[in-house]
Amino acid sequence: MATVLVPTALRKLTSNLAEVEVPGSTVGEVLRNLAAAHPAVGQQVFENGKIRGFVNVFVGDEDIRFLEGEATPVKEDEEITLIPAIAGGF
Amino acid sequence: MAFTELSAAEKRRYERHIILPEFGEAGQLKLKNGSVLIVGTGGLGSPLALYLAAAGVGRIGLVDFDIVDESNLQRQIIHFTSDIGRTKLESAKRKILEINPSAIVETYETALRAENALDILRNYDVIVDGTDNFPTRYLVADACTILGKPNVYGSIFRFEGQVTVFNYQDGPSYRCLYPEPPPPGLVPSCAEGGVLGVLPGVVGVLQATEAIKILTGVGTPLKGRLLLYNALDLTFRTVKVRRNPKWAVGAEHPDVKGLVDYEQFCGLKRHGAVADEISVQELKSWQDQGRSFTLVDVREPHEYDHVNLGGKLIPLNTVLARQSEIPREGVVVVQCKVGGRSRQAIESLKAAGYNNLLNLAGGIVAWQKEIDTTLPRP
Repeated sequence: MATVLVPTALRKLTSNLAEVEVPGSTVGEVLRNLAAAHPAVGQQVFENGKIRGFVNVFVGDEDIRFLEGEATPVKEDEEITLIPAIAGGF
Repeated sequence: MAFTELSAAEKRRYERHIILPEFGEAGQLKLKNGSVLIVGTGGLGSPLALYLAAAGVGRIGLVDFDIVDESNLQRQIIHFTSDIGRTKLESAKRKILEINPSAIVETYETALRAENALDILRNYDVIVDGTDNFPTRYLVADACTILGKPNVYGSIFRFEGQVTVFNYQDGPSYRCLYPEPPPPGLVPSCAEGGVLGVLPGVVGVLQATEAIKILTGVGTPLKGRLLLYNALDLTFRTVKVRRNPKWAVGAEHPDVKGLVDYEQFCGLKRHGAVADEISVQELKSWQDQGRSFTLVDVREPHEYDHVNLGGKLIPLNTVLARQSEIPREGVVVVQCKVGGRSRQAIESLKAAGYNNLLNLAGGIVAWQKEIDTTLPRP
């Protein structure tokens, strides 16, 4: 099971869970399983079946855009972090 | 003209810096000769300006056009209760000079726009982004990339902060991390989502630290790494930010060739007329003509209490549950702060069968700016 770390902005959609254990052998599989378990998170992460451009997905400390994207393999006990763009400053 | 030495008074004032072996008089002299532009004097800009002034940065530029409001004081510590109603620039400049009378403070009382950004930014060594919205963040980021200026980035939301340094040496730019903005309405602003008052303190001080490191060359700036701070869990993590040759400074075939219309880039306005939008001018003329319509305000109650246009208050997250209060006949104008939430409300209601809704373009902010400047700023 990989662990998905949920940013606070999305936690109200995961019943306030900060970490969700999700099965899957690639980033795409894990996130689709996450979306199946928490459909509201799915809407935030996916658009027309693809990961939204402004949502950054990291496996460990690497951006999947510089790995193999959704096909990036995920090992057991690996951490996947969702990092949405935020703009606040005032 | 660069200063070549510190005065006796400066040596006394900055003694605790000077005795740091990594810093020394040479480091302090670099600060004295250095310049930082702080875009926004709000939550992030407050600690930034105070600490950079105290540290001895020679020239500090401030960009803001806002007025100090009571609701700012919970986090914008450069502004005091007695400053309510003053411009933020006037308030901030006074505090900076009180801390450090030898600082040169340059103020730009304007919204940063594509037309003025390059001219303002080019006069500074380091740019610090303390703004609060995506269009301005992309504008600052692109202007820094075009000018090759380091961009010390910090942003906050509720209990979370992000910090990094873009465009430093061969490092990545903002667009390498965030190639495209979220659609309007999907990411709430601090006005809607709230923010813990000390959070911009933590993040702004980290930004100030990075600005000082860049000016002095001491230490390793946070280049190519994004720091994620979570105040609730008290965690600090860093993830890697890679350089994308399309977007970074010095790109051979840069995607960023010039500044664009960032409101449009971020989807806040569209080309030509949009069928289901109404401008504040049109709405005003409807009012003047006595045309009949229902105005629905989908902001939060605290925003409504601060200033409203007399619409019916139905916060975004309750619109579907309270459909019975929204007529399905006649014209309904839906309004929020700048037009993002009202757009979302309209999409949800359309899915529920509504076909009589108009979005007020630019929201109450546009109304206050263009129709009735006597209203408090939303």
